[in-house]
Amino acid sequence: MSNQSRIRLERVTKRWDATTAVDDISFDVTPGQFVILLGPSGCGKSTTLRMIAGLEEASDGRIFIGERDVTHLPPGDRGLSMVFQSYALFPHLSVADNIVFGLRSRKVPKAEQRERLAKVAELVDLTDYLHRKPAQLSGGQRQRVALARSVISEHPICLMDEPLSNLDARLRSDMRREIKALQSRLNMTVIYVTHDQVEAMSMGDRVILMQHGSIVQDGTPDELYNRPASAFAASFIGSPAMNLLPLVTGEQGAVIEGETNVPVAPLEAAGGQLGIRPEDIELHPASIYGVPAMVVSDEYLGADTIAHVSVGGHTVRVRMSGKHALAGQPCSLSWARENAHLFDASGLRRDDLTPNPLPSAPRAVPRPPAVGSFQH
Amino acid sequence: MQLYGALLLLPAAILLATFAYLPTIATVINSLFLPGFRGAPTEFVGMENYQVLFDDPTFWKVARNNLIYAVGTIPTSIALALCMALFVNGKLRGRGFVRMAYFTPTILPMIAAANIWMFFYAPQIGLFNKLLGALGFSGVNWLGDPNVALGSVIVMSVWKEAGFFMIFYLAALQGIPPELKEASDLEGTSRWSFFWRVTFPLLMPTTLFVLINSLINSVRVVDHLFILTKGGPNNATNLLLYYVYENAFSFFDRTTAATITVVILLVLAVVATLKFTILDRRTHYQ
Repeated sequence: MSNQSRIRLERVTKRWDATTAVDDISFDVTPGQFVILLGPSGCGKSTTLRMIAGLEEASDGRIFIGERDVTHLPPGDRGLSMVFQSYALFPHLSVADNIVFGLRSRKVPKAEQRERLAKVAELVDLTDYLHRKPAQLSGGQRQRVALARSVISEHPICLMDEPLSNLDARLRSDMRREIKALQSRLNMTVIYVTHDQVEAMSMGDRVILMQHGSIVQDGTPDELYNRPASAFAASFIGSPAMNLLPLVTGEQGAVIEGETNVPVAPLEAAGGQLGIRPEDIELHPASIYGVPAMVVSDEYLGADTIAHVSVGGHTVRVRMSGKHALAGQPCSLSWARENAHLFDASGLRRDDLTPNPLPSAPRAVPRPPAVGSFQH
Repeated sequence: MQLYGALLLLPAAILLATFAYLPTIATVINSLFLPGFRGAPTEFVGMENYQVLFDDPTFWKVARNNLIYAVGTIPTSIALALCMALFVNGKLRGRGFVRMAYFTPTILPMIAAANIWMFFYAPQIGLFNKLLGALGFSGVNWLGDPNVALGSVIVMSVWKEAGFFMIFYLAALQGIPPELKEASDLEGTSRWSFFWRVTFPLLMPTTLFVLINSLINSVRVVDHLFILTKGGPNNATNLLLYYVYENAFSFFDRTTAATITVVILLVLAVVATLKFTILDRRTHYQ
């Protein structure tokens, strides 16, 4: 694979007057990678993408594509294409004219335009719609036109700015797979901006999580899920989000605030937070040793049930497969030691401490499809 | 239910009928009769009034003037309006001020504007002749010279109209999503090419609207002729509606006035229909 599509950001910053949208960011994208820029709105992910595209000028730092310093090049000279959230289709042009718009700008011969158009239209399944105007297409089809427009340019790099956020949920999951398939088939380097952690987890080879203009964590989806670098990363990935419980000093170790009976971590962890994913918590009858709790309500979602459990005044979400009706019952909670995460007072992950084992917690035997009862 | 619908339409229908349709019909009927003298009844003469009108050299001169006026004002004011709109739509310091400055001529009443331009054009003390004099040229009699007068009127009309049309273009430009420009920038499209391939076609509905409006305006000129030239010298700046006005209220020749009015209406209808049928097909409405 050529180095042509390598993207490198060196200490890139974007400031508007007093506000800093992107703060001293560096990362390096290897050719063929599908990289997700993930974060809540206002975290600077779109601005980062627009700086790579050349639509915004970096206030500081340098951007390289391949071996070229493109920091001050106009967008058209950077050799990349982009898919916009709003699709940015030209409403007065037919689908075909929209797709070849860039080829006409670059003065590609007519015959070659037609040839490439036919090939790309086939690829994104638009052959029957080439003469329509964008207004006569559905949202998913418009998205495909936008994709076709970036594919036909044959640039090795494609930037995508929340391309699926205007689509309904079902179409979105179809398009997720389609985009991913297209990317690996054409071996494109993709930088994909989204605030949707599902898109990030399912599509990305690598996820760069951002907050307040800085990178919080940069790793594979697996790493983000299993070893969140901060409480923010922990709460952003996964649905429902990871439970975060404040820890205070107890008699034999750190305990959950408001629930002083069971030490859950070494004393040094007090003042920080304990994080456990809803799917990693096991719910037992109150007689079994564990963290005492009370089921407040349950939400049945079809394949599984989310129980809202009160622990020392904090609400903890527990995911159980199947249907359970537990509201109002006392219970006890346990989790495997490797599934509990500790964060310090500033929210950063600490690996120097290991959470306490919850002694009686029997290692989860395959969960029975029990209805309306506890798991044993 | 049908009665209900008809009642909803009634207020608009009454207004239109009283102030548009009835006068139009009355005018058409007027143009077919000769008034009787000394109490004699009016006499139906058919197309004779039109025959007399078409034999009148002054009418043709006025019609020619109006054509020159239209050709002189419409394309210039539209082009100028578009340029101004593109200019103030960009990133610009003091953008609000420039926009307001461009729009000011439109807010001024026509009579006031014409009076201002009287000072510009005045032969001895006028601004233009003073400037020319300072540069060592002899002055021009802007409104008195039959060869120059119509041009002077055209310049003033362009000045007055361009700002008005600019507002429409500016509104339309703001309706074009900025991503379109970004998408075309990413393809390395030049500004020139982007304008002709995207901006201009997307502005077509506005252009069509402005075209029809400016056409109507060009046969609606009375007030600034009234101030500036009164149609003179020797009808050099006389335009159709002013000629109608003269016939009706100076010469008290209602019949000729009605006849010219009908001719204007017909010409306008034909041109507007042509514009809509030809341009509409090539216009993209969002």
